[in-house]
Amino acid sequence: MEILDLFTHGFIQRALIAGSFIAVLCSTLGVFLVLRRLSLIGDGLAHVTFGSVAVGLFLRTYPFYAAVPIVMLSALGILKLVEKARLYGDAAIGIVSSLGIAGGILIASIAGGFNVDLFSFLFGNILAISTTEVTISIALSIILVIVILFFYQELLSITFDEESAKVSGIRTEWINKILVLLTALTVVLAMKLVGIMLISALLILPPVTALQLARGFRATIVISSLAGITSVILGIVTSFIANLPTGATIVVINFIFFLLSFTYRRWK
Amino acid sequence: MSAEIVSIRNLSFRYNSSEILADISFSLTAGDYVGIVGPNGSGKTTLIKVILGFLEPSGGEVSLFGCRPSEFTAWRRVGYLPQKLNSFNPHFPATAREIVALGLLSRKEFPKRIGKSDDAAIDSALSLMDISPIKNELIGELSGGQQQRVLIAKALVSEPELLILDEPTTALDPEAREKFFDTLQSLNERRKVTIIIITHDIGTIGRYASRLLYLDKKIIFYGTFGSFCLSSDMTDYFGEFSQHIICHRHDAEPATSDKL
Repeated sequence: MEILDLFTHGFIQRALIAGSFIAVLCSTLGVFLVLRRLSLIGDGLAHVTFGSVAVGLFLRTYPFYAAVPIVMLSALGILKLVEKARLYGDAAIGIVSSLGIAGGILIASIAGGFNVDLFSFLFGNILAISTTEVTISIALSIILVIVILFFYQELLSITFDEESAKVSGIRTEWINKILVLLTALTVVLAMKLVGIMLISALLILPPVTALQLARGFRATIVISSLAGITSVILGIVTSFIANLPTGATIVVINFIFFLLSFTYRRWK
Repeated sequence: MSAEIVSIRNLSFRYNSSEILADISFSLTAGDYVGIVGPNGSGKTTLIKVILGFLEPSGGEVSLFGCRPSEFTAWRRVGYLPQKLNSFNPHFPATAREIVALGLLSRKEFPKRIGKSDDAAIDSALSLMDISPIKNELIGELSGGQQQRVLIAKALVSEPELLILDEPTTALDPEAREKFFDTLQSLNERRKVTIIIITHDIGTIGRYASRLLYLDKKIIFYGTFGSFCLSSDMTDYFGEFSQHIICHRHDAEPATSDKL
């Protein structure tokens, strides 16, 4: 009964709804990012989110509104660095990532500290998610599903081999922009779910779990999404019952899923 | 006179201060079959990338079906197999069939979808490369030779007018390589597919291609295999012994006047 009572609380309902949609976003985008060896873009953009939260607090605006444009521009910046400066993706992510953290620390220092603890954003608080954020996560998930429905073959082609995709007449630069912009928005949203420090786990662990089990590209996306949703729901419930930090619990459950899938693949 | 499929005039390409290609000029019309050969670092792959518009030339003119490569949009006319077999993630979770189907995207308008109507083309390409039995296997679980055949099927599935293949036979066993070259010859003769193929195997490609282009940053030789074997310039370039080995391998057709 106690567990069922849990679901009557509005904040738990909002956490479960938003968390599930954010999980779908992260798990689906993560499949493309992991396979393109861009897994750490989530980590890099999360660090930029840290800097942009500082900007938001400095400007006395809601941090989310400052984070969205800054993180989106940073995501495009990573693409530009790869294209124009002839850098590998990991180097470009590293540059933008460290700049984001440095910017955040400098702004916090100049401001002499904030009333809201900047570092509380590092670990997230899904149970404090607002109705607006729930709505945004649902809207973004719908956009993602539409993008994947319309561009599934293009995404698959680019993920497999970008050069060949160009010869198939695919506007690879546009698809890449769409992919990183969606990732940027998702990272900002996921900040509330697991915190800046753990976002990349949500982008990486469900896809690598799915890669152990799936036999086909569609199946990988579906299994990744299911693993993501299940871990978020289990994580929220477990953390509430056991009085544990929600973000960390979600990540640990995701890791357990990965271990189970890895073991299954090894021994089947 | 046939329309030019590829036309290159005085092409040069520099990377930083290094000259990669210099004063390259040649053209291909429908049904031409050119083997591009040359040592490592001779600019073979760079030449392909310039033709496909991946790289901008430093000088000269390139046209693909009459268009500048950067403005070219009729990609359904081109099939391409890149050089790096292992450029994709070995754990990529797509089946051989899913990968071959990607070759059809150039024929599709937005939204690009692969449906039942594409089954015949996909099955035909799978069958052509003898990979129907493994069509539902994950690409990462196949051997190097099987992966290469999947990628070749992907390049062939859209029935392109121009086929560009960068070292397509590196992972193939001799039997599969022989069959692959026979398939290319058939496509070239029956469907007048124009073929550009990069290979290190001059003796083999000489038996099939209508022209050899020997590249070493500039064009060292452009002509038939027969004239290659009889060329005194090539004798000077390779040495008499090496030229003899290339031209008289046990499986190479001897140079005769009808190949001139």
